[in-house]
Amino acid sequence: MSNVARFRRVVATGIAAVAAVSMIAGCSSGAPADSNGKVTIELAQWWEPELPKGEFQALIDEFEKENPNITVKLLSGPYASTKEQLFAGSAAGTMSDVVGLDGAWVSDFAKQGSLADLTQLFKDNKYDDSKLASQVQLDGSTYMIPVVNFVYPMFSNDDLLAKAGVTAPPTNRTEFAEAAKKVSALGGDTSGWVLPLSSEAPNGIQNDVMSWVWASGGSMLKKGKPDLTNKDVTSAVEYIKGMWDDGSIAPGSFTQKEQDKVEEFTNGRVGLMIDSLAHINLIRQNNPDLKFSISALPAVDGYEGERGIPYASWGIGVSESSKHKTEAFKLVEFLMSKKINSQLSTMAKAFPGNTESEPDFSDADPLFKEAFDIYKAGKPANEFVGLPVSEDLMRQFDEQFQKTLSGDQSVKAGLEAAQKSWSAEF
Amino acid sequence: MTSAPPVAAAASERSTPAEVGGSRARRAGSGLGPGSPRRRGRSSNGLRRLEPYAFISPTAILMIVLMLVPIGMVIGYSFMNNVITNHNPKFVGLDNYVDVLTDERFHTALGNTLIFTLTSVGAHLVLGLVFAMLLNTPLLSNASKAVFRTIYFLPWLFTVAIVAVLWRLLLNPNGVINYVLVTLGLSDNGVEFLADPSLALAAVTFINIWAGYPFFMISLLAGLQGIPRDLYEAATVDGASRWQQFWNVTIPQLRPIIISMCLLDLIWTSQQFALIWMTTGGGPINVTEMLSTFTYKLAFSRYEFSMASTSAVIVLLLSMILAVFYVRHQRARD
Repeated sequence: MSNVARFRRVVATGIAAVAAVSMIAGCSSGAPADSNGKVTIELAQWWEPELPKGEFQALIDEFEKENPNITVKLLSGPYASTKEQLFAGSAAGTMSDVVGLDGAWVSDFAKQGSLADLTQLFKDNKYDDSKLASQVQLDGSTYMIPVVNFVYPMFSNDDLLAKAGVTAPPTNRTEFAEAAKKVSALGGDTSGWVLPLSSEAPNGIQNDVMSWVWASGGSMLKKGKPDLTNKDVTSAVEYIKGMWDDGSIAPGSFTQKEQDKVEEFTNGRVGLMIDSLAHINLIRQNNPDLKFSISALPAVDGYEGERGIPYASWGIGVSESSKHKTEAFKLVEFLMSKKINSQLSTMAKAFPGNTESEPDFSDADPLFKEAFDIYKAGKPANEFVGLPVSEDLMRQFDEQFQKTLSGDQSVKAGLEAAQKSWSAEF
Repeated sequence: MTSAPPVAAAASERSTPAEVGGSRARRAGSGLGPGSPRRRGRSSNGLRRLEPYAFISPTAILMIVLMLVPIGMVIGYSFMNNVITNHNPKFVGLDNYVDVLTDERFHTALGNTLIFTLTSVGAHLVLGLVFAMLLNTPLLSNASKAVFRTIYFLPWLFTVAIVAVLWRLLLNPNGVINYVLVTLGLSDNGVEFLADPSLALAAVTFINIWAGYPFFMISLLAGLQGIPRDLYEAATVDGASRWQQFWNVTIPQLRPIIISMCLLDLIWTSQQFALIWMTTGGGPINVTEMLSTFTYKLAFSRYEFSMASTSAVIVLLLSMILAVFYVRHQRARD
């Protein structure tokens, strides 16, 4: 073999080996280093992509201006990606310093020891938590603070209701059932109420079923444990079963998801739905001619107490593995401050997590202002927040609920079966 | 002659074993100091032996990192009490396998998967064969056949997400199919195809059949076009009817393709996840729960990654049985 040929062979072999090694090296990444004595903290959330471009970054810029020694690195992605990223980070102990949280994740993260005890951080940083609208706690310790809340009031199609002879949105269960029945009786493809129960995304159990319990001051828990066979839950399930048997609920419930619900309402095929305020703009955009209004969820006839309104939150927490907890908490404090929380809730068209904050809805749809009044008159209620494997709890309930609606079992048997499967999770 | 120099160069670089042995023998009597010809020869031989490994190493490493390691990890996870969400997992032997195999939901999922898979594969084969024979007919012009081939092949071009959305819209209680049924007086209030527990499994199986038959059709059409005309002519001379020609000429000639396609389709369909998840999510109740959705829910809804790994390993074992048959069949063909 000539020297040239040997050289070529050695080079080719070397290139192949280097290619192999660099492929492996390409799979790993180095940790970012702090520079100029500044502390860099990460904030992983799904909020930035859901807000108008640049607005959330502007708030962060303001924070960095107020805290020149802290740099915030935003890790933004869609909700599902953020969830996966946080679960992976929790497992690997590499969770971002500050994390956007959904109440449904808190129990699992807290059990894994991935979230810092905020109650302790309040004490360490002499923080007054009395202005926080709510806190998600486990065993007396706070792990998540709802930054802004998205409530789920009742939407009613004014035209359909008027056509059915219903002059005002229903305020109690009897009125609601009657209105739904009358709208369904209009015939064609119209139905009174839309109830999404898909087991792929079982949050209909939280927003569209249990909301009936909470609206009348009831509860599905007793001392933090499942209590599904109590009279509040039984009454709500019997009530929905009654509407199902009356044919007042839109067909296709068992595979409908939240987007199907909004689509049915937007297209004017259902008279009533319980939905997030966040969809107001979407409905207006897709059907500008639709006349609709929003109201508080109907309660049991004669109920005078405070009405619970289901909500979803953009929550915030601090990672237990963070090396910069003090700086991380400064960011939490900043986002929960009266002024910034007002700005954030205005941007998100949501309700503030600070009781002193006031969102500015002057440029927004007037329904937001109405909804804010409903919100202030009632109380945010979502008992799934902080429960273990909450999505699976909804799915378990959903399965029994579907069997009950199908007539495969009685309401009592369905609730007992759900109670049994829920109890095994606690 | 332009080809002579490269051939000569190649010959000079490639040594036969005898030549290598000869050169070794010649080097044996030479000096042994550093940089001596013998040492250079050894290092050259070592490099030569490593060379093929170096060239396949990128692919081999990718296969190890992306396939063998994850599969090994999942198998390992299946023997732990829980992983990922548990920082100190403990070895529990076969406990997870006992739990999964005795779980009623697993039995339901296994039963549904069997019905879904066997029906889909059977229908894919029958429809694929029928359409392939229609497209292979000499009665139509080539242009007409091209048009029909395109139409019949369309479902294969859609991704699963599109197929799911499309059929959700079509089968919706307010969708086109129900509109037709009500308009023709075949139904009073429409049919809840995907939401009715008694119809949902049949509906998702139908969607899967619709989405998958073109693959069979195209493969079988290629097979049909490869059958020599002589065989049919000989059969005609022997007095065989059309039906006899189909059973005794067409099917035996297509058998290798049919077996390969069926085995591959059994593996693919038994692992179908996206279509089920995007149409019914395993519901209503649990009538469309498959092994894939059962495993997904264990992992991403209940965060029981060890149980999900156990379920995945069971699916892997079931698929491997089919894969063994497929590989054996391929070897027998070769």
